[in-house]
Amino acid sequence: MARIFRYLGLLGLAGLAAFYMITMPRSVDEARFDGLTGDSGRGASVFHASGCASCHTAPKVEFSDTPILTGGQSFPSDFGTFLAPNISPSAEHGIGTWSVLDFANAVQRGVSPGGKHYYPVFPYTAYAQMSEQDIVDLKAFIDTLPASDIPNQPHQVGFPFNIRRTLGGWKLLFAGKDWVLQDAATPELIRGRYLVEAQAHCAECHTPRNPLGGLDRSNWLAGSVLPGEGKVPGITPKELDWAPEDVAYYLESGFTPEFDSAGGAMTHVVENMGQLTPEDRNAIAAYLQVFK
Amino acid sequence: MKRRVLTTILAIAIAGPAIADKAIESAIKARQGQMQIYQHNLGILGAMAKGTVDYDAAAAAAAANNIKAAASLDAMSMWPQGSDMDSVEGTRAKAEIWTTFPAIAENGMAMSNAADVMAAAAGTDLTALQGAMGALGGACSSCHKAYRGRR
Repeated sequence: MARIFRYLGLLGLAGLAAFYMITMPRSVDEARFDGLTGDSGRGASVFHASGCASCHTAPKVEFSDTPILTGGQSFPSDFGTFLAPNISPSAEHGIGTWSVLDFANAVQRGVSPGGKHYYPVFPYTAYAQMSEQDIVDLKAFIDTLPASDIPNQPHQVGFPFNIRRTLGGWKLLFAGKDWVLQDAATPELIRGRYLVEAQAHCAECHTPRNPLGGLDRSNWLAGSVLPGEGKVPGITPKELDWAPEDVAYYLESGFTPEFDSAGGAMTHVVENMGQLTPEDRNAIAAYLQVFK
Repeated sequence: MKRRVLTTILAIAIAGPAIADKAIESAIKARQGQMQIYQHNLGILGAMAKGTVDYDAAAAAAAANNIKAAASLDAMSMWPQGSDMDSVEGTRAKAEIWTTFPAIAENGMAMSNAADVMAAAAGTDLTALQGAMGALGGACSSCHKAYRGRR
């Protein structure tokens, strides 16, 4: 009998050790960022393509070329309500003291400088595919923006989702994935894939999620339902019968082919996409065409 | 009597969006008609801006003038209290229009200004038309961003 308990005890310890290992926050490879210097001008393009301001400005703030990344917008989900943090260059309340590596770990691994997991409401699973140079340029641009001294508000997340360590398991299941579009045959498709999958993170809203909150990659961009937002349309040619020129024009002007206009959260996306080059908007449209 | 009133109030509270009465329905139809006029004429301008149709100064000017005329309508009677999407079916107008009134008047002014700019630009040449399109789209979106709900 005692032997059984000893055995169960050991098994429990092994389980704890495994949990500890699996859920441990993992960092980026430091060597990747060696010797890179950021260009804030290029970083501005990365910033707009990645839609940073859409979530990190204060609620109901209009579009700006030099936004104040105060945070405070709330994002309801099935797991609780998340509040976007201050990512302005404030030393006390923002990310003013972060190194390039701190920044890369946050954006590409979802890990804070203190070694805690971020919730995947922050689309680091997409940003993980961004190039090192884009990350460094992005930080250089954010460093030029005005600082905000508004403190962060805590997320409203209940048990067990408030145990951040469990996110290590979530990441094991859903982070670190390869491109969805495996063979991008032309430079335009490669560019479109980069914009859609690594930067603009279209899938975060337009792809349905499984019960654990992971993206259902077999229904890529096929439409979803967002708590607090409602129905989000599918954007592949199977659900949306728009010519590529129509998609590009929508991203530029906000007008649908029927000349209705974009509404809700998508207006932020149109503001960001309007900052891209026409070639980039065409590349996004070309990428979507592949999912016939 | 008191009980019946209470039941009625309760029934209304539980029922959610109801079928609109005639006056509300008429107002919703009228403002949707106004939107339809915008949409139709924007389609004419947009096809030229996109390059799917050749630029035609007279047709562009006519479309832009229609938008300007539609934007100059006094819209107050088309947006009565109780014609929001939580109260009645057949509309996507959010209740915030009324709870934050007159905030929406600013969006109305922006729309009217953008329509004026387009009316001056559309008949000039294609570049001017294309230049005015962005501000007009922005004016549409500024209202739809805050005040239009999802289907």
